[in-house]
Amino acid sequence: MDLVNLFVKSIFIDNMIFAYFLGMCSYLAVSKTVNTAVGLGAAVIFVLSITVPVNFLLDNYVLKPGALAWLDESYKDIDLSFLSFIMFIAVIASMVQLVEMIVERFAPALYSALGIFLPLIAVNCAILGGSLFMQQKDFSTITESAVYGFGSGIGWLLAIVSIAAIREKITYSNVPAPLKGLGITFIITGLMAIGFMSFSGIKI
Amino acid sequence: MAEEKEALFSKQNRKLLSDPLNDNNPISVQVLGICSALAITVQLKPAIVMAIAVVFVTTFSNLIISLLRNLIPGRIRIIVQLMVVAALVILVDQILKAYAYDVSKELSVFVGLIITNCIIMGRLEAFALANKPWKSILDGIGNGAGYGAILIVIAFFRELLGSGKLLGFEVLGHKAKTLAESTGLYAMGYENNGFMLLSPMALITVGIIIWVQRSRNRKLIEA
Repeated sequence: MDLVNLFVKSIFIDNMIFAYFLGMCSYLAVSKTVNTAVGLGAAVIFVLSITVPVNFLLDNYVLKPGALAWLDESYKDIDLSFLSFIMFIAVIASMVQLVEMIVERFAPALYSALGIFLPLIAVNCAILGGSLFMQQKDFSTITESAVYGFGSGIGWLLAIVSIAAIREKITYSNVPAPLKGLGITFIITGLMAIGFMSFSGIKI
Repeated sequence: MAEEKEALFSKQNRKLLSDPLNDNNPISVQVLGICSALAITVQLKPAIVMAIAVVFVTTFSNLIISLLRNLIPGRIRIIVQLMVVAALVILVDQILKAYAYDVSKELSVFVGLIITNCIIMGRLEAFALANKPWKSILDGIGNGAGYGAILIVIAFFRELLGSGKLLGFEVLGHKAKTLAESTGLYAMGYENNGFMLLSPMALITVGIIIWVQRSRNRKLIEA
């Protein structure tokens, strides 16, 4: 039950875009049509649900104070947590590379759909943000971190697909010229974030 | 000497510094680096700290990558760039933890997120990989400052309208429990707009800043 709770929470209440503004750059750049938005969203889900658990293991067995105790008793005073940024981003960059190669080899159809988006994802703040929030939230099991990563990914997909749909429609509207494009997108995102705020406080 | 070498602050170099502040602003024109920009603009102080941190990282990462630009193999350049940036960000994070612990707590994960701030990667890819170190430094300072400027403007309005303070000082007067005890604007019945403190207003503020900027600078308007 806790896992379901965490899952729903990570989609709606802790939504990466509307609550934390993570992944805004690609969110704004790739949301012009629904098709590309779905592609990028799927790639984000994919990478988040892999990197968050992997970084969870890394954090718990290498980086945390005393995490190296499983190697040898004498290592239990070592605290490598100051290395977490560099380790996380290294894991993410190499994971993205690895995922790209595996997908290319075994699922060429998926590769041609996700292809151009995968490398972009290494520098998507939502991915690193997922790992850093995972570290902050102190999950106790790897399942929890995997569920959190997957849920956050779904929340991100939801956000980008809905803004893409709105942007497709809004090209037919009569927006003031200086507000066209970027400006109106920001304001719509703000309004959507107000909508998503109504989820906060819901207990499941 | 002067004829052979370009002066340190030639017109072209000054343009590198000033362009990102308006015509080519990283946030409102290039749409880079919005990720970590918005969540930390509730108050002015963290925004200023963040701006300084980003200027530091853009400047030095641009410098380092520009020095290494002929040595980095094209295929693995993204990982190399990420490593350089991550090392600099760890430096910033450790300094903040040592000298400004409360701000570092407030910024929480967003210091770490400077690594994936698209401005930095964007400038490295677009500028530092192809230009000499001095120009890259100027470009780094300019873009960091352009980012910081927007950040500080947003934070200024959010803190002023949201909590009636600037940098923690009550500039609009003191709000007491009753109208008679209040001073300044609050004595006239002014209320803070608590909504400005919530995250959606950051987005709407950016939208309005873009609107104002583009109506003054019409060549930026999108077709």
